[in-house]
Amino acid sequence: MASHNYYDPADLKKFGNITEWSKELGDKFFDYYGKVFEEGALTAREKALIALAVAHTEQCPYCIDAYTKDTLQRGVTKEQMMEAIHVGAAIKSGATLVHGVMMMNKVNKLEM
Amino acid sequence: MLKEKNKKQQSLHKRHSELAVANKQLEKLSNGIFASGELPTFSEKIKETDQFPLRPNKLEILQINVGYMCNQVCEHCHVDAGPDRKEIMTRETMMQCLEVIKTTGAHTLDLTGGAPEMNPDFRWFVDEASKAGIKDFIVRSNLTIIRANKKYYDLPDFFKSHNVHVVSSMPHWTRGKTDKQRGEGVFDLSIKALQELNAVGYGMPDSDLRLDLVYNPSGAFLPGNQASLEKEFKHALLEDFGIHFHNLFAITNLPVSRFLDYLIASENYEDYMYSLVEAYNPAAVKNVMCRNTISISWDGYLYDCDFNQMLELKVASKIQHISEYNEAVLNDRKIIISQHCYGCTAGAGSSCQGAVAE
Repeated sequence: MASHNYYDPADLKKFGNITEWSKELGDKFFDYYGKVFEEGALTAREKALIALAVAHTEQCPYCIDAYTKDTLQRGVTKEQMMEAIHVGAAIKSGATLVHGVMMMNKVNKLEM
Repeated sequence: MLKEKNKKQQSLHKRHSELAVANKQLEKLSNGIFASGELPTFSEKIKETDQFPLRPNKLEILQINVGYMCNQVCEHCHVDAGPDRKEIMTRETMMQCLEVIKTTGAHTLDLTGGAPEMNPDFRWFVDEASKAGIKDFIVRSNLTIIRANKKYYDLPDFFKSHNVHVVSSMPHWTRGKTDKQRGEGVFDLSIKALQELNAVGYGMPDSDLRLDLVYNPSGAFLPGNQASLEKEFKHALLEDFGIHFHNLFAITNLPVSRFLDYLIASENYEDYMYSLVEAYNPAAVKNVMCRNTISISWDGYLYDCDFNQMLELKVASKIQHISEYNEAVLNDRKIIISQHCYGCTAGAGSSCQGAVAE
């Protein structure tokens, strides 16, 4: 039976199934994804916090679910998690507001 | 709210909770998602890699639980320990243990509880057991006991004089997370106790006085990478409190006793079991602690591990009590398993010595 919700928490566990209808691209994606989150110039913990912030700016429920758990597992505190989200929120609101300059430019051009 | 708080200060036994009964826990672990086939049982899972039945390797660790009494009532405790638990190992049983310690092939002796220090014969037992020349003599100390009462203030010196290896629980390097799991004020007392252990030489760089910490998640999630967590702990404890320690053991919470109760009450049980099964690592099965450990309860019975002890699953052997201990006979047994065993095989695996696989 079809779900009554667009988003179902159980679907997160099925993410890997996307390879079934396009194996090569799906495999490439998951290889890439796994590689991105390995320890590198940034620690896996730093990457998880970035992912948590982006999960919120993207407003992806699956990603919020996954990276809240992931950051908890890495010992990240609630305060650090909330600060990371504020970074995302600041960039989001900043990105909105900085477009205000476009509006101001246009007004200045049009008004006498 | 206050009522809820008071409840949390009592063991499941004291509260006459249904889950205080081992069989009720085992029923929960066998029914539902496992009975319906939604998730494979642990035996089905290890059959996939020909690891069933699980059998012991060489015995390395004797773990003795000298009693369930504790000065703390931690929310996740699989022992259901607390001040209201009266199960305490007698000197007579300790003497039977000493006979075994003198002849065992195990290289590690691991005393646990409850708070083992609360057993009135604890110091006598440590005195006697340390004479047996066991290579690694561990006492699992909850830290706060060192500051709980004047009579315990000299424990760091006592440990030092017997060259005991101290392994202590510390769920986080922040006050909030620690106190939430282990009770209000635990963090500050633990910090003070760690500083006192450092002061006599425990945990200091290049010191032979071993001080290791145990991390276990403060909630329904699995522990992250042990090495990364150790780095975070070391950095934070040194920077904030000038504390040194040697290694961090990251331990998974097993769905037993109070942690099982918490999972059910918080409606996390099924998701948690899914996480454990998804993270199943066959490589961890090779080194799982029941394969190199015998767990001895306060009343002298023998178990495959401390968790099986709490689930009252005695070893499947004709030898079931310390009074009739025979290592060769015991080593020829099948290890008793249930779905709680998934807790020891998730990810890098989990044991009283931390992760067991890469």
